Amino acid sequence: MIAKLRAQNLEPYLLLLPSTIFLLLFFAWPMFRALSLAILNDEGQFTLAHIQRMTSDVAFWDAIRNTFILLITIIPLQFILALIMALIVTSGLRGSGLLIYFYALPIAISDLAAGIVWFAVFTERGYLNTLLTNLGILDKPFIFLNIQTSWPLIAVIIAEVWRATSIVFVILVAGLQGIPKEYNEAAEIFGANWYTRLWRVTLPMLRPSIQVALILRTILAFQVFAVVVALTGGNLRVLALEAFRWYGDFRNANVAAAYAALILIFSMIVSVVYLRTLRSPETELTG
Amino acid sequence: MAEIRLENVRKEFGEVVAVKDISLTIHDREFMVLLGPSGCGKSTLLRCIAGLEQVNNGRILIDGEDVTQLPPRKRGISMVFQSYAVFPHMTVFENIAFGLRMQKKPDAEIRQRVQSSAELLHIEELLDRYPAQLSGGQRQRVAVARAIAVQAKVLLMDEPLSNLDALLRLEMRAELKRLLDELQATVIYVTHDQVEALSMGDRIAVMRNGEILQCDSPIAVYNNPAAHFIGSFIGNPPMNFLTARVLDGKTAVSVHETTIPLPPSIASQLKANTELWLGIRAENIEALSQTAPDTIPAKVLVVEPLGSHNLLTVQVGNELLKVNTHADAKFSPGQAIWLRFAADKIRWLDKLTGQSLI
Repeated sequence: MIAKLRAQNLEPYLLLLPSTIFLLLFFAWPMFRALSLAILNDEGQFTLAHIQRMTSDVAFWDAIRNTFILLITIIPLQFILALIMALIVTSGLRGSGLLIYFYALPIAISDLAAGIVWFAVFTERGYLNTLLTNLGILDKPFIFLNIQTSWPLIAVIIAEVWRATSIVFVILVAGLQGIPKEYNEAAEIFGANWYTRLWRVTLPMLRPSIQVALILRTILAFQVFAVVVALTGGNLRVLALEAFRWYGDFRNANVAAAYAALILIFSMIVSVVYLRTLRSPETELTG
Repeated sequence: MAEIRLENVRKEFGEVVAVKDISLTIHDREFMVLLGPSGCGKSTLLRCIAGLEQVNNGRILIDGEDVTQLPPRKRGISMVFQSYAVFPHMTVFENIAFGLRMQKKPDAEIRQRVQSSAELLHIEELLDRYPAQLSGGQRQRVAVARAIAVQAKVLLMDEPLSNLDALLRLEMRAELKRLLDELQATVIYVTHDQVEALSMGDRIAVMRNGEILQCDSPIAVYNNPAAHFIGSFIGNPPMNFLTARVLDGKTAVSVHETTIPLPPSIASQLKANTELWLGIRAENIEALSQTAPDTIPAKVLVVEPLGSHNLLTVQVGNELLKVNTHADAKFSPGQAIWLRFAADKIRWLDKLTGQSLI
């Protein structure tokens, strides 16, 4: 009897065991290793040397600056676009439902492939130059991806917006579909026009979805890598690329780990900020 | 003044005709109930009046103005939804104030009107709370308070009590009736609950399959159902219907070998040997334990004591009837009894069309 009771108590933990082992082995352990690589020297003592080496590197502040520029341009753009797209798809207009497949398509494309597609657009003999010279707007091809200009950054922004807006879109569509239509109808009855309904009813009720999408997108934006590599060959400095270079090109796992830790810390701070500022009163109070 | 006039209002969803060319006038300050089983088109008709559905044909006039093409916010209406639709991200105060804010009323007026609406519904203590902290009944009150705060001339209610438990519904029914009497608005109230319809409405429009079968005062609908369907839908228990065959002289019918006289006004419309429905309500049948003249023999099947009275299920020939008896009357299953119908309470209906004969 007691043995049976004990077995029943153990059951939930046994069920949790496989995923716990998986998480420990493939997430917790590498994370712990990366952190210790970043702050321990070869003798296993605490040191700030790797972090200092990271921050004193010429590329460091460029990488920080570029990563944040990408973050603050791409994310708002994506949200505005994704919201417009999601509102169109859920509007119930004839044929609008079909657009969901078009809008969601980029999700299926790997980021490296997306980078290569946009490289084909922006390169010296690419689609854009061909188009512009054929139209007579340009005499000779313009070097868009010249790292001395802002164009590579703009190209990365365009490619990233194109590639990753769809994930925000999908989350927002799911959120919009979860809002019962009576709320908008009630608002309409009580005198709210379309714009007011969007601001006073739809967006506040969409807050949980917006929160999820923001966290997801921001964390992924800190990790932007493949598109940058494909478009600029790594000439545009971003944080994840620096981690890659220190590990691969310079064979210094410690500084690479310091970059990784920095990305982790940024991601965590942003997530906490989003969770706190976008907290919805109704969920807070029901707890 | 807010008279609502519906002229041949038609609403189709693809192949399905939800509302079939309905014409109806709801008088100023009248409490009109749209009653019918689910799928009868009553909610669709209400939503057409609200402007939440575009009609396919016909006109809707409020206060003489054609509002058929106007969006809901320009129709001067207010509404309580079945699901309440109380905004979860706003406090009770902001919910009630919503319509007034949209009308850009000054803050002082908003505060005063929210307060008085909340007081009418006894929720003035809850103004700072969020809907998630409220019970279903309290949310329902918020929805009603929000609807009355705007003081619209027309108040539409879509099954407002159907999500409440039985006890709360009974309490809220009386409270709503008092409240709506005071408001002096024209009310259209949709329900599938015939008790609500009977107890609250000035008039009841009974609907089925997108049509209004009868529109009359509750007592008229109850006593003189225009059709077999209405009699069997309204009242608890529903009206009893027995098959009656017109006898040769057309002055009487035979109901399971018992002869019942026909009123001359009915008799003149009939042919001999046709079949009729005889409709009679449970409370208009007297159950006797001994035979007497002009009674119909029956057998008791079930006795249900309900406190105030006993409800008998009896068998006459091969038909079942519900009969109310005094709570003290002693009947037992299997017992043979004799039924006497109150002659002036008998209704006659055409058996083929189900329509009432007058």
